[in-house]
Amino acid sequence: MSKEVILEVKNLQTHFTTKRGTSKAVDGIDFTLHKGETLGIVGESGCGKSITSLSILRLIPSPPGKIAGGEVLFKGRNLVELPESEMRKLRGNEISMIFQEPMTSLNPVLPVGEQIAEAIRLHQKLNKKEAAKKAVEMLRLVGIPSPEKRAKQEPFQLSGGMRQRVMIAMALSCNPEVLIADEPTTALDVTIQAQILRLMKELQERLGMGVILITHDLGVVAETCDKVAVMYAGNIVEHATTETLFETPLHPYTQGLLASLPKIDEDQEELYTIEGNVPSAFNMPSGCRFASRCPLATNLCREYKPELIEHESGSKVRCWVYSNKWQEQEVVV
Amino acid sequence: MINVQEQKVLLEVQNLKQYFPVKREKLLQPKLSVKAVDDISFTLREGETLSIVGESGCGKSTTGRAILRLDEPTAGKVVYNGKNILELSKKDLRTLRGDLQVIFQDPFASLNPRQTIQQILSEAMSIQNSVQKELRKDRMRELMHLVGLPEEALSRHPHEFSGGQRQRIGIARALAVNPKLIICDEAVSALDVSIQAQILNLLKRLQRQLNLTFLFISHDLSVVRHISDRVMVMYLGKVVEIAPKHALFDQPTHPYTRALLSSIPVPNPKVQTERILLSGDVPSPINPPSGCRFHTRCPFATELCSSKEPETVEVQNGHYVACHYANDFFSA
Ligand SMILES: Nc1ncnc2c1ncn2[C@@H]1O[C@H](COP(=O)(O)OP(=O)(O)OP(=O)(O)O)[C@@H](O)[C@H]1O
Ligand SMILES: Nc1ncnc2c1ncn2[C@@H]1O[C@H](COP(=O)(O)OP(=O)(O)O)[C@@H](O)[C@H]1O
Ligand code: SF4
Ligand code: SF4
Ligand SMILES: [Mg+2]
Ligand SMILES: [Mg+2]
Repeated sequence: MSKEVILEVKNLQTHFTTKRGTSKAVDGIDFTLHKGETLGIVGESGCGKSITSLSILRLIPSPPGKIAGGEVLFKGRNLVELPESEMRKLRGNEISMIFQEPMTSLNPVLPVGEQIAEAIRLHQKLNKKEAAKKAVEMLRLVGIPSPEKRAKQEPFQLSGGMRQRVMIAMALSCNPEVLIADEPTTALDVTIQAQILRLMKELQERLGMGVILITHDLGVVAETCDKVAVMYAGNIVEHATTETLFETPLHPYTQGLLASLPKIDEDQEELYTIEGNVPSAFNMPSGCRFASRCPLATNLCREYKPELIEHESGSKVRCWVYSNKWQEQEVVV
Repeated sequence: MINVQEQKVLLEVQNLKQYFPVKREKLLQPKLSVKAVDDISFTLREGETLSIVGESGCGKSTTGRAILRLDEPTAGKVVYNGKNILELSKKDLRTLRGDLQVIFQDPFASLNPRQTIQQILSEAMSIQNSVQKELRKDRMRELMHLVGLPEEALSRHPHEFSGGQRQRIGIARALAVNPKLIICDEAVSALDVSIQAQILNLLKRLQRQLNLTFLFISHDLSVVRHISDRVMVMYLGKVVEIAPKHALFDQPTHPYTRALLSSIPVPNPKVQTERILLSGDVPSPINPPSGCRFHTRCPFATELCSSKEPETVEVQNGHYVACHYANDFFSA
């Protein structure tokens, strides 16, 4: 891809220290995001998707959380080291974020138009009236009918789908270069989800921003993302273009995940299952984190942690099977 | 899959209505109510899985709760074993509750955190008196085995288990009283894909082993296709389509069903679904649209649709559709 890189995450590590010990919620994440591109991050609940995105924006609750290492490069600057005052200028302006539950990020007693106008005035030199006008324009852009009227309403007077549109309007009001959307449609019905995903795609094409879309829905990934990072227990275990990931998944976890989905167009008597559970964050195995559930695991896997390596397909995968060590090991056995 | 038509009818819901009163905002405002379920009828046959699908607020859970009489329905009948559940005395109802069990989305919320799994199961059995005291220990071990948990789990507390394991405990508790019918209300919705597959396999296996009947409520249509024999689609308190699973997924007929099915994101980047995008939101069940309730969002609505409520038409054996143009859409 020849497009310009806008965000580069290198070896990002975020830890939480609690009474029970230290949990490495994000343990060495790498990815790049290009202009106009959508990167999907998928994985089971608790694998570190939200913490990754909150780390990029430096919104980790601290304590107990802390970015323990790594870099987040945005337009030549390392965000991990930026003073908080600089971060504040950047959030909601050059990089914005949408969350799963809009109700928790909206002020319940303020008309939504005013909330968007406030966000605009935080970063742009507009007077109150101009900002209010821009807010209505943004509501129109995200497809809210009679935006002048809706701007005067409070969040509880809107449906879930409309509230998510308001969040998108607010997130896009300063023309961000990067939009991070954390499960933006998970709380919505499928018919509304289809509307919101279509809207996000149209706006991205029009505004050319890079999008990081966090979801647990592989259907949403297949339809909206250019490339995908699959996370498992704080690590990226596979990184591929969307087409390659669905056509030739490499990591045993990705393979299992795809196989365990019920198919909408096929009869299956029994579903494939990945046995067992994700290991506890406070008690991570020293070897491959998927070993306890992996049908291919060997002693090599249980003892040594595999690196994320490049595969001939162009994908990256964190699994011993694709390394030279795997062959050598089989000779020994 | 079983041949549903040949099985004995287990439960029959007739013209069920569940209205909830709404608080008046102004003194002189007329009395309003939410028509959460508004005149629906269907039957459940022994050993089958009937799923209810539809958007949030369409009345799925309310239907399940009404059958169990967790709310007092406004009108209609729920006939089980020849008796109308809605007219049973409190005492008879308690006996019957053993036959009808429910599993919720979040098993944690319904498990007492201070009790061990053993206490939870033993309490369920003693309320129903379904198992003789001396046999309860054996039965509990058997239940653990059935739902795929180790026997040691009996002495532990709910918080010591993962989400998937807790759902297994919820299932074990439902099974403790030897039910005939289990209402699964979003029972796998909160689980991750890999865990969801384990629970779906478990439910299917238990159904075969114990000849259970499921009323399966879910908003995930892929899951519904996997588990069901028949599917019922609801919209704003009404049933708009009921059909055997394959008929529903291969020949969806009601315009709402078609839009719903076309909205599902398919986990295959090569498939380009032709999407029927519905405009607007679901209208309020306090003041539902006149005539066909879907007419405000239906791409095919005519004048007739806004004035007259459609009858339910059987377009094919066992395939029912509530739309004025059902027969046209079916052959189209
Ligand atoms: N405030 C906190 N204190 C301690 N641990 C935390 C905190 N926030 C998150 N974690 C831990 O960090 C890990 C990753 O959390 P994160 O919220 O990123 O998961 P996720 O993949 O987004 O999950 P979900 O899909 O459930 O939202 C989890 O193990 C979680 O328990
Ligand atoms: N106890 C109640 N009081 C008032 N309204 C209710 C009550 N229970 C449900 N409703 C309303 O009934 C409708 C259907 O609810 P429900 O069956 O829970 O929806 P779902 O299909 O999401 O399960 C909704 O509009 C809901 O707000
Ligand atoms: S490294 Fe070993 S245990 Fe880990 S995913 Fe690969 S084969 Fe499985
Ligand atoms: S009756 Fe009319 S409005 Fe209702 S679904 Fe049929 S065509 Fe659409
Ligand atoms: Mg999350
Ligand atoms: Mg519900």
